[in-house]
Amino acid sequence: MFAIAGGALGAGGFNTPMFRHAIERMDPGHYLTSGYYEHWLTAVATLLVEGGFVTRDELDARAGPFPLSLPAAVSAADVDGGPPVSMPRFEVGDPVRVRDEGFAGHTRCPRYVRGRRGRVVAVEPVAPAPELEAHAAEKVDEAVYAVRFESTELWGDEGGEQCCVHVDLYEHYLEPTGEAP
Amino acid sequence: MSDAHHHPTEPSPVERRVQALEELLVEKGMVTPDFIDVVVETMSNDFGPMNGAKVVARAWVDPHYKARLLADGTPAIAELGFGGPEGDHIVVVENTPDVHNVVVCTLCSCYPWPVLGLPPNWYKSPPYRARMVREPRALLAEMGCPVPDAVEIRVWDSSAEIRYLVLPERPAGTDGASEDELAALVTRDAMIGVARP
Repeated sequence: MFAIAGGALGAGGFNTPMFRHAIERMDPGHYLTSGYYEHWLTAVATLLVEGGFVTRDELDARAGPFPLSLPAAVSAADVDGGPPVSMPRFEVGDPVRVRDEGFAGHTRCPRYVRGRRGRVVAVEPVAPAPELEAHAAEKVDEAVYAVRFESTELWGDEGGEQCCVHVDLYEHYLEPTGEAP
Repeated sequence: MSDAHHHPTEPSPVERRVQALEELLVEKGMVTPDFIDVVVETMSNDFGPMNGAKVVARAWVDPHYKARLLADGTPAIAELGFGGPEGDHIVVVENTPDVHNVVVCTLCSCYPWPVLGLPPNWYKSPPYRARMVREPRALLAEMGCPVPDAVEIRVWDSSAEIRYLVLPERPAGTDGASEDELAALVTRDAMIGVARP
């Protein structure tokens, strides 16, 4: 399945964020009750059907009912096309807060850090913004940071002392904040 | 065992779906069987934790290499001939008596393929992905890697393009060991951060 996915995604012109989003669009019940490579299978088949490379009937005819992912909840026009920031705005040591904004499409901002404060520990190489790549097939580089969050900031008293989580975050997920634990 | 019964098992629904997809892709000329063979061969022969183990062992015996590795992982790993997909930006994080590092991908299952191969099933499971960021000390203890309260745990959630590799501490009592002998002590799990060599 690994090799099939690699070949099909390449031949169909699909990028990794599109593939990840197709997994994220799986029916939640199907996602949680299926294995890892069934996620890949479902996502690849979904993209191929949506792209017109194969039809749902062709799949069903050979394999019986072939469950696919749900349609995307957002379109290219819904992606905030704000000016991409490839020149990093933050420096190592800066306190930052993750914007508490939801997005119904593909994002690489984990929900558990939304609204939380941390500190930049590394400025990483620029990388294409995942939202634009997934929904508009556009590669627009953006600054990326490793941000350190204390566990107590993420989970309150449950977080435990002497414990932190680093998350790699794109510039547009972050805003300046006065202080961070 | 010529008289042994052989019951060919029916392909499962998922196996039938994989087969259907593969057949359609080959028929439509999107994928060739050769391509599939090459990918499978590369992933199983060229990528795997034996590569990461060589990187770790070199860092244990050569302080200059270790300094280069921690400063910029990708080129230092390329010195030993390793690189490729999911290995373009590798950051190596060092365990010390005061700090224990562990790697997770909460959003999917990002993993440094050239040095570790493909991830084990537990790494991709929702419980590992959820619990390692929320209660790493408890989960590490359950996985057989207790970390004392005084030691800081640093979890790395590979949510963008960086892939992380843990440089474990060199085990005590290995002063006379050769680089190859040291590499044999380095496990995949130690380089994820859920075990010690």
